[in-house]
Amino acid sequence: MSTADTPAIRIRGLSKRFGSKVVLDNLDLDVDRGRSLVVIGASGTGKSVLIKCILGIIEPDAGTIEINGVDVVRGRRRAAAKARAECGMLFQGGALFDSLKVWENVAFRLVQAEGMNRREARELAIQTLARVGLKPETADLMPAELSGGMQKRVGLARAIASEPSIIFFDEPTTGLDPIMADVINQLIRNVTAGQRTALTITHDMQSVRHIADKVAMIYNGKIHWSGPVEAIDDPQDAHVEQFVQGHSEGPIPVQITAD
Amino acid sequence: MNPVRIIGRGSLAVMETLGRIILFAAISIGRGILPPYYPKQYVRQFLDIGYYSLPVVGLTAIFTGAVLALQSYTGFQRFQAESAIPTIVVLSVTRELGPVLAGLMVAGRVGASMAAELGTMRVTEQIDALSTLTTDPYRYLIMPRLIGGLVMLPLLVVVAMIIGVMGGFLVSVNQLGFQPVSYLNDTFRFLEAIDVVSGLVKAAVFGFIVALMGSYHGFNSGRGAQGVGAATTMAVVTASILILVSNYFITALFFDR
Repeated sequence: MSTADTPAIRIRGLSKRFGSKVVLDNLDLDVDRGRSLVVIGASGTGKSVLIKCILGIIEPDAGTIEINGVDVVRGRRRAAAKARAECGMLFQGGALFDSLKVWENVAFRLVQAEGMNRREARELAIQTLARVGLKPETADLMPAELSGGMQKRVGLARAIASEPSIIFFDEPTTGLDPIMADVINQLIRNVTAGQRTALTITHDMQSVRHIADKVAMIYNGKIHWSGPVEAIDDPQDAHVEQFVQGHSEGPIPVQITAD
Repeated sequence: MNPVRIIGRGSLAVMETLGRIILFAAISIGRGILPPYYPKQYVRQFLDIGYYSLPVVGLTAIFTGAVLALQSYTGFQRFQAESAIPTIVVLSVTRELGPVLAGLMVAGRVGASMAAELGTMRVTEQIDALSTLTTDPYRYLIMPRLIGGLVMLPLLVVVAMIIGVMGGFLVSVNQLGFQPVSYLNDTFRFLEAIDVVSGLVKAAVFGFIVALMGSYHGFNSGRGAQGVGAATTMAVVTASILILVSNYFITALFFDR
């Protein structure tokens, strides 16, 4: 059962491989309730796979994942679905439904899953768009008419529209200019601060410093290091130091030439 | 490489794909028959598969009927059997050409677009997004397509049958000198209910196959533009082959003696 002390997300022994490639290897991770955890790591280290396993998009090979104390891997399907309904997600590319208007995207879950009538849902969508700094006129646009930054904002609005207690962010600032990236970071901070649990994956260190309470680094399929965001510049770990400072030389091997 | 091994691997790959497709269909139907239902998605698929395919199926049917009359005439004239042309046209169109050609045209038009749309949704994570919005992608995306194919292709084929017979009628009357009334009498004299029913059963099966192939390949599309392109090609090719193969078995089921 979920209590105030139970982590919002508890992962134990999570493993996932694709063919012979081991992506997650007996990974353990806790995300404390009401806190913002950012998972960093090089490209291809399994950060997205981790989030997709938690959300049930990818089935893990082994391990347990608890959301608010409910085992969503081996628990009852209905209970798992209910626990996952507490989650919202901002995808890397926005993943907006391109055949629906902006407001229909934002209110999608309210209309389709919760049966809210369309007029009410539209009003709520417009209010949610305002929370991410978008004007009501945006509501009737199609996603293809929006810039990358606006798509991210709409994605964020969609993720928070049903007031989930846990939000996942997949590379929220990738592909944005530094100013828009800062705007998105600020919005993420606004919508999560003190009230929601957030799990973000990114390799944008600016973003990490802005939105994290705690940082964990994934390496070789495991959580290699974790600590408070203040420790990120003096992690006492060569791997984290190399990653944070962006050096090609260090314990994390990087192939530069084809040889 | 050992040829036996090549054949073995190929056979296993085919069986594996077949198993995956059957599993995909079973999951889609198993989940899709349970609520919630998405009426707008069903209506959209009915329009896409049925209404918007009418021009292409209608054009195919009218020219097929016309050519059938023309070809039969040149052949049957040699042994004075021209009077059989109305029967040949109506039986060919209702039993075979109507459902098969409509199925193939819809495979090209609808199957390809389903695979491309679902493939793009897969690549851009829209299908994953559905799951995070507590909406089952099988219920929301796949079931309406399967039902759309199953229901709309028979309706399209009814239209194709009428237009195909009309194509034969127009050529026979205007070009080959048939009397309109006697042509129509001959058309319906030997037509039996089973001819139409078998055509409609075929249409329903073909419609389901087209929707299943389009959905399966799109839903499991590989990454990037190349993945979506390959999914689209596979949807059309596999649907076309399965239509022709299943056509034989359905025909044997109805008419084999």
